[in-house]
This record gives sequence, structure tokens and C-alpha cells, in this order.
Amino acid sequence: MTHVYNTNPLQVGRHYEIDSIHSYGEVSDFFLGLQKRKLLATRCPSCGRTWLPPRRDCGACGKPAQWFEAPLTGKVHSFSVLHFAAEAFMADVPFVLAYIELEGIDTLFLSRVTGCKPEDVYIDMAVRAKFRRLVDWTPNDVVFEPAPAETKAAAGG
Amino acid sequence: MSRVCIVSGGITKFAKANLLTQEAMCKDALDYALNDLDGRLELRDIQTTICTYFSDHFNGQLLFDSLTQDYLAMCPRPSMRIKGGGATGGLGIRAGFMDVASGLSEVCLVYGFEKMSEVNTEKGNEFIALASDTDFDFPVGGYYSGYYANMAQRHMHEFGTTTEQMAKIAVKNYDNAFHNRWAQKHERWTIAGVLEAPIIATPLTRPMVCVMSDGAACLIVCTEEWAKRLRPDGDYVVIAGLGCGTDTMRLGDRPRGDVIPLPGDEPGKYDYIAGRWPGIASFRGGREAARQAYQQANITKPLEQIDFAEVHDAYASSELQTYEDMGFALYGQGGRFVEDGHPYVGGKLPVNPSGGLLACGHPVGATGLMQGVFALWQLQGSIARHCGDPVAGIDGSKIQVENAKRGLIHSHAGTGTYITVHILERA
Repeated sequence: MTHVYNTNPLQVGRHYEIDSIHSYGEVSDFFLGLQKRKLLATRCPSCGRTWLPPRRDCGACGKPAQWFEAPLTGKVHSFSVLHFAAEAFMADVPFVLAYIELEGIDTLFLSRVTGCKPEDVYIDMAVRAKFRRLVDWTPNDVVFEPAPAETKAAAGG
Repeated sequence: MSRVCIVSGGITKFAKANLLTQEAMCKDALDYALNDLDGRLELRDIQTTICTYFSDHFNGQLLFDSLTQDYLAMCPRPSMRIKGGGATGGLGIRAGFMDVASGLSEVCLVYGFEKMSEVNTEKGNEFIALASDTDFDFPVGGYYSGYYANMAQRHMHEFGTTTEQMAKIAVKNYDNAFHNRWAQKHERWTIAGVLEAPIIATPLTRPMVCVMSDGAACLIVCTEEWAKRLRPDGDYVVIAGLGCGTDTMRLGDRPRGDVIPLPGDEPGKYDYIAGRWPGIASFRGGREAARQAYQQANITKPLEQIDFAEVHDAYASSELQTYEDMGFALYGQGGRFVEDGHPYVGGKLPVNPSGGLLACGHPVGATGLMQGVFALWQLQGSIARHCGDPVAGIDGSKIQVENAKRGLIHSHAGTGTYITVHILERA
């Protein structure tokens, strides 16, 4: 049944919904790696730049890049506590969206910081990757949580 | 090559909801532009068109550009749709310039629109977020206010920028919009009010973020020969410089290297942030666009040589960042720039005298053209006539920049993925 909101001008409700099959293509190994508790990045053997999210081809010089394991600890480069979000994530607010610096990785990795109060997150805070046991094959299969200094050393940074 | 000029512009009042169809909104903007030429330009004189709108999701109609081309009675003339996120309008002006500069057209209509009101704000934010990486950034809850909040937070960390400085920018733009009848928002804000308003994404509060809008705008771009015919008094403007820059889709992929210098910058000027730029605190694409435009327009001292700017303030924080990319202030000094009073009407370089996106609204495909329309009126000295409304008590003369000869317009997409800068000069 079509819902009428107004008659002058005539405004009617519409519904639109799709299901699709999406391919992660040449970066599939990243998502498969999350299931194995690994952050798989790529490095360009030509110019040395490292990418996480990974790229098959170096984004700086275009040469083929190679896979390697990124460290699982790092620090918060920047963050924000989101009190409003896209419709799909409104149920999650407030949550912390942060750019994570990992040693040896030239890019910043966008992720959520969990395991502490949003107001306790700060720039340069030490964090470590935490992997979900029940994967949903998205970047949400990894989040970051505060890493006590000693844990950071044990994990090998 | 003949100079490429802008002779007229039109706009609909940007609104939370405009219940006309998109094509009728475009017609209203076109009629305004034609009426302002007192009948000297007829529909048949328009040789090509460029249509700018951003999102097929919002508009729920593929090939909307054909619907509007048809409705404006422009068939069977050449036309193209241009889209590039928030910079859609700016890229449209660039395309119009190309049409005319190449000789393909003597008179080109650049028109654009967006109707965002048919979905709620959360869904609208989701549609816009689909213009970020949908494999890596959107799925973790990324959306534009979240990305810009991260940039603002980092700018504060690196340079000591404060939320008060961002709030000042928001208050400035809302205050300017009080004198502009086209603005979506006529709201009075104080710095304390802005800072205490509900948080969208720390450190950004509600009035530091632009809203969803419905609206259309257009510009008539033409050869100087036509400009002289259409504006016998010479009150048209010349496109004296064009720049366009781009950057990585994912904000986190931005390099950390050295600043791109602007024409006239002395060596060593940016040594203090060597190896750190742009990171996520600055827009490499914006700086590159400014560099190109300044080079073409022979601008080596932007603060002295530019009389006003209409910049893409989707966020109060991004206006502050843009002061630096445009060379109005040194990197890290954007906050000082507003504290020193420079971007206010009557200041050294008024920025967003119209009220900008924060107060005028941001119907994406029309926004960059709106900036062109306001810039044209500034350079004509006709702001009071166009933006004022005596019946409503709106005195547009309050935002007319005195004796404006050269203006800058800055159109910006994504997290800085496409940015255009145009320098417009009074003929």
C-alpha cells in the first residue's frame, strides 16, 4: 500500500531495496586474513611504500606490491566520538572512529576503538588489534582497544 | 584565445525541502539568470549546456540530466553531465570554461541541482558516505562528519587550533547569511551557543556542520564578444584562473611529505612542517588547485590580491583548513586568521560573505554554482539588489565587499578528493 504524505503537491512513499554479490577482488586476502587474526598489508618493492588497506599495485609508483603482515599494535593518530551517523550505524552511537598508526605502515588504518569509555581515548594512545571470532567479512572483523605498555612490548610492537 | 566570461547567474532559495521537481527548480534558476539580462539573451542563443548534480541515490532517477535538458528546451543541443561529489558545481564551471575556450560553444549554460529532502538526514548521510571507500571506510561506520571530525582533531593536536576558533567561523557565516535572502538559515548564533550545541562528532557540534538542502543554480558562461553584447555596461566577469586538484579516496592514505609551494613563496617557508604535510590535517588537492589558479591569474600575494572568497565550508573546521591551503594564512595559522578578523566582511579578505554552505545550505550539485553566482554579484557590486529583500527587512548591502575586483571560489569534494579553485575578475 502506498502512503500519501501530502496532496498539494502530491507526495507519496517509495521503497527501494537490493541484494547484491560483491567481490573484494585482488584485496580478498586482507579480509580472509582477519579471520586468521592477521592484518595483511602490502609493500612496494620498488619505492618501499607500505599500504594498509592493501593495494595490489603501489599507489605511489604503480609497481606490483607484495603482501606482508602488519604489526598488531600501534597508536591513535586521530579520533572522533560519533554521536550521529549514517542510518546503518545509528544504533551504534556513540562510538569512536579513529585513524590508527601502525609501525612500518605509511598509511593510517580507519577503525573503531572499543574496550574503554569514548571519553578516555586520546591521540597517541597505545592500542592493539582485537579480532572478532564471528566474522562478517568486513573491516569490522578487527577493532582496536587500549594496549597497556607491557602488553605492547610483549606483542613485539 | 578569447577570454571566457560569466555574464549572469540564477539561484533558487535553498531550502530544507523544495516540493517542485528538480527540472522546474532548474528552470527557475535559469529564468532568474535570463531576466537579469533584460531579454538580451534568448534560449536559442545558448549553444551548449553542462548539467551538474551529484547523486543518483538522492534523485532516484538515472539520466536526470536528460530530463532537465529536455525540460529547459535545450534539445538537440550538445550537453554533458558532470559529477564530482561536493565539487560537482566547481567542476561544472571548469567544463563550461572548456566548452567556450575550445571554441565548441560561444554561450554555455552551466546549471545544477540537488534534491536531498526525500530521505531523512540519517539516510542522506549514508548516501553521501557511499562517496567514501565502501570496502574499507564506510563499513566501520565512516561518514563525512566523522572523517572531518578526525581531521579537525588532528589539526588541533598539531597546531593548537581551538574549537572556539571554529565556532567563530560558524558564527561569522550565520551572521553574514542574515543579509542574504537566498540563505537556507537565518539563525543567530553565539560562540558559546555553538560550543554548547549538541555534538555530531567530537569536536564538531551541530551548527559547525552544514545541512541537507534542495536547490538549483546556474551560470551563463560565454566568450567576451558575447559578454559585451549581453552586458553593454561591462558588468561581467572574466575567469582569470582555474585550478583542479585531487587526492586519495581514503583519507588515511594521504602522504606525509612536503608542502606544495604557491607562486611567489620563498624557499624554506614551510620547513617547520616538512615531512608532515598534508597528512589528514590539510588538503593537498586544495593547495594544488590554488597553485594552478594563482599561477594563471598572476597571484603571488593572495591576501593582498584577492578581495573576497567563497569557500566550501561544509564544516567550520574545513573553512579554517582551507584558509591555509589557499595561502591566506600559514599552515597552522588558520585559527589565528579568524581571530585577527581577516575573514569578516570589512576584514582583509572576507570569506563566505554569502554565509557559505553552513548557512546557505549545500544542495550538492548546485553548491559550486551558487558560489559562482554570489561571486559574480560581488564583482558587479549588485549584491544588495540580488540578495536584499526590503519587504523582509534584509539589507544585502551589508555583505557587499566594497569595490571587489577579484574573487576566489573554491569547490570541494569528499575528504578533499576533488577540489577546484576559480579566480574571477571584474572585466
